[in-house]
Amino acid sequence: MTARTDGLGGVELTNVTKRFVTPTGAAMTAIRDVNLRIEPGQFCAIVGPTGCGKSTTLTLAAGLETPSAGTVKVSGKPVEGITRGASFVFQTDALLPWKPVVDNVALGPMFKGEPKKEAMAKAMDWLQTVGLAGFEHHYPHQLSGGMRKRVSLAAALINDPSILLMDEPFSALDVQTRAIMSNELLTLWDRQRPSVIFVTHDLEEAIGLADKVVVITAGPGTVKAEFDIDLPRPRGAVQDIRFDKRFLELYQQIWAALREEVEQTYSRSAIAAKARGARA
Amino acid sequence: MSAISMTAVPEAASDEASLAAQARARFKRHKQLVLLGQVAIFLVIVLGWEIAARTGFIDQFFFGSPWGICVRLFTWARDGTAYGSFWLQIWVTLEESLLGFAAGVSSGIFFGVLLGEVPYLAEVIGPYIKIVNALPRIVLGSIFVMWLGLGLPSKVLLAAVLVFFVVFFNAFQGVRSVDRNLISNARILGASRLQVVRHVVFPSAMTWIIASLHVALGFSIIGAIVGEFLGSQRGLGLVIATAQNTFDANGVFGAMLVIGGLALGAEWLMSKIEKRLLAWQPSNTRDSTIQGI
Ligand SMILES: Nc1ncnc2c1ncn2[C@@H]1O[C@H](COP(=O)(O)OP(=O)(O)OP(=O)(O)O)[C@@H](O)[C@H]1O
Ligand SMILES: [Mg+2]
Repeated sequence: MTARTDGLGGVELTNVTKRFVTPTGAAMTAIRDVNLRIEPGQFCAIVGPTGCGKSTTLTLAAGLETPSAGTVKVSGKPVEGITRGASFVFQTDALLPWKPVVDNVALGPMFKGEPKKEAMAKAMDWLQTVGLAGFEHHYPHQLSGGMRKRVSLAAALINDPSILLMDEPFSALDVQTRAIMSNELLTLWDRQRPSVIFVTHDLEEAIGLADKVVVITAGPGTVKAEFDIDLPRPRGAVQDIRFDKRFLELYQQIWAALREEVEQTYSRSAIAAKARGARA
Repeated sequence: MSAISMTAVPEAASDEASLAAQARARFKRHKQLVLLGQVAIFLVIVLGWEIAARTGFIDQFFFGSPWGICVRLFTWARDGTAYGSFWLQIWVTLEESLLGFAAGVSSGIFFGVLLGEVPYLAEVIGPYIKIVNALPRIVLGSIFVMWLGLGLPSKVLLAAVLVFFVVFFNAFQGVRSVDRNLISNARILGASRLQVVRHVVFPSAMTWIIASLHVALGFSIIGAIVGEFLGSQRGLGLVIATAQNTFDANGVFGAMLVIGGLALGAEWLMSKIEKRLLAWQPSNTRDSTIQGI
């Protein structure tokens, strides 16, 4: 594995707990005692049942939230305020609908104070890289879901991030588009080698993409198990390797770990629903 | 056989061009029908009114007549009013409305965005704004005339106050309903607080603000006219007040017509501006065929 030349990247969560306090004073623990280490240039996928705190973990790494306890370090430095060198790709694309695609991609450099002309030229290059040359002046709503995702990727990568945080980025796409996008993500990742934290519900996607898959327990989440994915790179399309013997083996192992947690979450919500039903 | 069915059922036209032509023709016919209906209603009302007035079915003294209104407007345009030319009256009212509109919109946007961005301020000042908003603001006009005299400032202030609250509440709500994801994303990309406001919050609130501008425009004209009513030396409000005092029904209706014309013109301009500002929106969220009433 080749890390970045500047040596930046890498995320370290040590005994991290995050509690949310509602205005009425009720506290709710989203994650507890999370210990997680992602090396510079490593691609880490996080899987876990719904509501276990995956998105929360990402917002902590991005510096959008501060941990209630424990420390979060990025590139070896504790996170204070918005993490420098981080980029985020959200599940629903966070493009500004009133700006043409090229302006959207140019936002990163522009916010950093680069002259408009250079920012635009850079954005044009990036749109070319993600295969959207010719669509520069379209508005986001004029593009398909897959194309918008490419724009989001370009907008995230134009800042040359040392960590890339992705929250179920491809879950709104159809299966074929998702496979294509996964491939392109790997290509792009290989160019810049940021550390990636990739949250997904799709285990095949996680194994197909990542160096390491982390399973989080039912909420309040904590790390249940980590699996090193030793499939050789470049891997090619998920479709091609998912019948690989090693792939299936890993799938079985990880699914066994994940299944308990999913079932627990499910039975909990069923109990809660029953309790609500009884009260009503 | 097929040729016959083709001519009998035009929908069966096979090539794209003729389908498109048919759709265009249908659309054009539809537009013509709408226009025809509108003209018909206009004629029925105006002619009905004129005939009723001439046959004595309604009293011309109280209700005027379309012809009488035309004559009145013509004499005003030719001879002017007791306090200067008629065009001057229109200009004065227009000036008051536009100044009030500009002042109300800019202050409404400024405070709306400020309070939307700083929750502490919103919580502290919020109740006071609600109290002031609950006052019947037209009454403020009397005070403004007392304070600022019969000239232009009192009218501008009344129009501005009426406009302010409409725009303020919409701007505030607009800022509050900005997609949190967009803000988070901008912050992660390195935006400062001011950049977030400029590139994300403000444009996003713009849809809300623009929606309020139509109502605000009407309010600015109302503010100016009511202000003139309450005390002034010029303006269409004064023209109406004078006509009312001399039982000149044609004069009241005539001035009303002019005000309506002003409002429509301003509304038209507003729609043009709106279209430009919201050019980025997908067309199905904008209602392009049914214009606001
Ligand atoms: N800002 C917040 N205020 C209060 N509670 C929150 C907040 N953000 C998240 N939570 C709670 O923390 C828990 C974890 O949420 P999180 O969004 O991280 O889950 P997740 O693993 O991403 O779920 P999913 O897979 O459904 O996206 C949830 O129970 C949620 O209700
Ligand atoms: Mg989530």
